[in-house]
Amino acid sequence: MSGSVLYDVPGPRARVRNRVYGVLSTVAILGLIAFLVHRLDVTGQFQAGLWDDYEYTETQQRILDGLLTTLKTFALAAVFSLVLGAVLAAARLSDHRPVRWAATVVVEFFRAMPLLIMIFLLYAAVFTTQQMWALVIGLTLYNGSVQAEIFRSGINAVPRGQSEAAYALGLRKTQVMTSVLIPQAVRSMLPSIISQLVVTLKDTSLGFIILYEELLFVGKSFAQQTQPVNGVYAFIPMVIVFGSIYILLCLALSSLATWVERRTQRSRKGAAPAMAPVVGESGSVTDPGGHGGSGAGGGTTAQ
Amino acid sequence: MNVLSDNFALFREGFLGTVELTALSALLALVLGTVVAAFRVSPVPALRAFGTAWVTLLRNTPLVLLFLAVTLGLPALGLKGWDSFWLAVMALGCYTSAFICEAVRSGINTVPVGQAEAARSLGMTFGQTLGQIVLPQAARTAIPPIGSLLIALAKNTAIASGFNVSELGSVQKTLNADSGYNIFVIFLWIAICYIIITFAISGLFRLLESRLAVAR
Repeated sequence: MSGSVLYDVPGPRARVRNRVYGVLSTVAILGLIAFLVHRLDVTGQFQAGLWDDYEYTETQQRILDGLLTTLKTFALAAVFSLVLGAVLAAARLSDHRPVRWAATVVVEFFRAMPLLIMIFLLYAAVFTTQQMWALVIGLTLYNGSVQAEIFRSGINAVPRGQSEAAYALGLRKTQVMTSVLIPQAVRSMLPSIISQLVVTLKDTSLGFIILYEELLFVGKSFAQQTQPVNGVYAFIPMVIVFGSIYILLCLALSSLATWVERRTQRSRKGAAPAMAPVVGESGSVTDPGGHGGSGAGGGTTAQ
Repeated sequence: MNVLSDNFALFREGFLGTVELTALSALLALVLGTVVAAFRVSPVPALRAFGTAWVTLLRNTPLVLLFLAVTLGLPALGLKGWDSFWLAVMALGCYTSAFICEAVRSGINTVPVGQAEAARSLGMTFGQTLGQIVLPQAARTAIPPIGSLLIALAKNTAIASGFNVSELGSVQKTLNADSGYNIFVIFLWIAICYIIITFAISGLFRLLESRLAVAR
């Protein structure tokens, strides 16, 4: 949208000029890529000896094991962080002030701490021999706090009329939450939840720094064991192979997020007749608030 | 309690290292991010494709992997003389620039269409429209998200400790290994250092936000 607004529809001269710029920038970008490949070639990164190892089934098995370790860590951290996020969000939305404060302190603290510092602490103090749990608990604490904020803002984003109507029907708070607010909130939250899961997946590679045997660590130790060919170590091939695996994994998860986002948008458009009265209602709810100065109008009629 | 007073020089060095790393990579990220955002809205398809590829690739790469690629890759490509600090600045700056680009681009999208149209009808070129009309207005909406991105950057600098850069994370690592102190107390002091940095950034951005809001 903005792209078309920022410049005129090109006329004949502008079209020629754009084409010239296009060719120049394509040449520049291709030149950069060619230079990189050339440098890699000159420094001997493409010698067959450095890549041979990837053909052995034993190597592939090790890569697969590393991948499975990464995925296992990710799965544990994802499940735990979603659970922790739900608990913390429920606590932050609680009616009891001490519970709310405690949850706020926990969430703000863990969101403000660098994840690696948390993991170093857990590794040095609690899980000195089990790096996996240091990593999983660290990821859970950080991502759980972030997920809690996503859940809370999602539930707060549901129009107020929804919960007011549910309370007016005589539902208890738990019922309002589980049967009215959460089903509506999940739909709008799902893309943010999945993108936070992508962050969780990316952060499992922090295990590399505490020497946990996940995918990246397998790659590094693997490159160190490979015999240097003509004095060239196998680090660049390792970065290329393992980097592609990581990027593909994260891209798959991100595209799931965009797919879900597009799907929920489409279904919302499809349900236009059901949605239209809701929009009108929320509009008319905000209007009296503006006139009266306080939002107590609904409360007085209920009493 | 005397971890801090015993190792004050170490803490000071680590704190300054983190601040320096954050400031320099923030600068690199802001410049690169704005340039890539301009690429992504430009009339030249090749530049748009480059911008999209840059953002997609960097947003889906784990930062540790990027650090590994930069520290192992750039020396192999001939950049021999660089020390680990500048390599860390490169990695952090490039990584954050992808996120800054998206923040700037969504800021550009919130500028009312009439502004760009008016600029065009005055005969301004794409560069003039973007640089003099749209970006200054986009900055206002882009500043809060950029602030939280820079806070994330400050937290991400801890990863540089795994790559021979002296900053707060490596202070924690040496003190943990150097037993005799309570590990939780070390953590507490490191945490306070980070909280000082993140509070300073959020304060700075709140100030910027209110300053720019007056101009509206």
